[in-house]
Amino acid sequence: MAAAGAGRMRRATSALLLRALRLPVRELSAPARLYHKKVVDHYENPRNVGSLDKTSKNVGTGLVGAPACGDVMKLQIQVDEKGKIVDARFKTFGCGSAIASSSLATEWVKGKTVEEALTIKNTDIAKELCLPPVKLHCSMLAEDAIKAALADFKLKQEPKKGEVGKK
Amino acid sequence: MLLRTSWRLVAAAAPAALWPRARAPTRGLRLRVVDHGPQSAVPSDAATAPEAESVLRPLYMDVQATTPLDPRVLDAMLPYLVNYYGNPHSRTHAYGWESEAAMERARQQVASLIGADPREIIFTSGATESNNIAIKELEAAIQPDTSLVSVMTVNNEIGVKQPIAEIGHICSSRKVYFHTDAAQAVGKIPLDVNDMKIDLMSISGHKIYGPKGVGAIYIRRRPRVRVEALQSGGGQERGMRSGTVPTPLVVGLGAACEVAQQEMEYDHKRISKLAERLTRKIMKSLPDVVMNGDPEHHYPGCINLSFAYVEGESLLMALKDVALSSGSACTSASLEPSYVLRAIGTDEDLAHSSIRFGIGRFTTEEEVDYTVEKCIYHVKRLREMSPLWEMVQDGIDLKSIKWTQH
Repeated sequence: MAAAGAGRMRRATSALLLRALRLPVRELSAPARLYHKKVVDHYENPRNVGSLDKTSKNVGTGLVGAPACGDVMKLQIQVDEKGKIVDARFKTFGCGSAIASSSLATEWVKGKTVEEALTIKNTDIAKELCLPPVKLHCSMLAEDAIKAALADFKLKQEPKKGEVGKK
Repeated sequence: MLLRTSWRLVAAAAPAALWPRARAPTRGLRLRVVDHGPQSAVPSDAATAPEAESVLRPLYMDVQATTPLDPRVLDAMLPYLVNYYGNPHSRTHAYGWESEAAMERARQQVASLIGADPREIIFTSGATESNNIAIKELEAAIQPDTSLVSVMTVNNEIGVKQPIAEIGHICSSRKVYFHTDAAQAVGKIPLDVNDMKIDLMSISGHKIYGPKGVGAIYIRRRPRVRVEALQSGGGQERGMRSGTVPTPLVVGLGAACEVAQQEMEYDHKRISKLAERLTRKIMKSLPDVVMNGDPEHHYPGCINLSFAYVEGESLLMALKDVALSSGSACTSASLEPSYVLRAIGTDEDLAHSSIRFGIGRFTTEEEVDYTVEKCIYHVKRLREMSPLWEMVQDGIDLKSIKWTQH
């Protein structure tokens, strides 16, 4: 069809024109209004994705959310003898904002003590990632995940019932 | 001839600002047409034009949301946007007469696509307005126990075809009006309002490669179906829809219907082949993928797949150079999973994991292959990041876990 031929010619000349004028060409990252580039960055350059040994005494595991809600976060922290978080890992089933929120959470808890990590607020996460109002619940879930991991770690540190009864 | 070819080359190469031309939808991979961004209505200085940044546009795989204009439709519309601008209701001069002739020609084109009489077609602003007119008829009905059955012909989310002919026969035997929203079906599957005993039908222009802002409603004359007008005014369109009929738009709708009638069989064959290719390739390379909707009574161009353990929106973000949809475009702003998937009994977590692939008249095999390749890569990547996938790999039954919130 003539139109297809003309289309091909137009494409070829457009390509030539592009090279001739050397216009800056950027990939249309999408959808720019819905996903902030910081959010996309956490997916494309993931930090701390993975798992720690959940049976270890020094590892706290927080699992929050529900598949039926479309958001599940697993956040694990490894704490040394001095109570400082030396490593953190996450895995998330959720939208881009949820992945970014949990990824950022693992970045922030690293190097903090258990008490300091409790002070991380969802509003800080949301501000850092420029989350729109409709995605604020993702940052809240990330805060819950941190708290759940810390609570699990504290539970593991408590002396076992059997030991209490020992003489 | 050489001069003419070189002139055409020069004309094509001239910057769009100086030579505003309509671009045909470029078929082929990774639409590398240089996009200078949306043009402003006021012609700007040529010196400022190069400032506009050029971008590569994503592939378009969302034809259920809207379709590009078929170049043949644009060709049909242009004269009515430029030269033949008369009001089709003006009875006293040639401008009105020629617009009216075009309008009636378009009406005939729409009618012949669905086996109706042209007098039964009323032009509206779209399928939504047509639906409203049809439903309002319920209140205007005379018989006290009259009911109206309204069914979508082809679902826009999962592509399922409803048994319209059977429903039509049941309705006509019970003397009940039958309305169908055929926005996704017109021009794609064969429809005949008399064979299927349809009393009212909604048609949308921009779902069949026609212009946006126009549609039609089919209203049966024998036996007469009475409807109440939504907007009152000068009594145009037999008093059922007042307002000047937009000639260029209805000419576009008519042309789109005629083109659809010609291309229906070829398009259906080609789209079926591409759809089968997409589904087969994805299902072969990825485990735990569910196709939503009845596989038998299904329009092939709308494929809705659920990728277990991966959330739909994250996959859309990952597939950033393909334009896709997760669930219906109408509900994308809400946090609710698709109501259609919930209605067919899909598990809620699978509903959050669904992606709709739309294959249309201009979708190429390379576009499908590229989409499939990227989809497989990113689903695998997202599954590596998913705690649910990890639990399943460890042999844990997800249904046995007590989740923290619901």
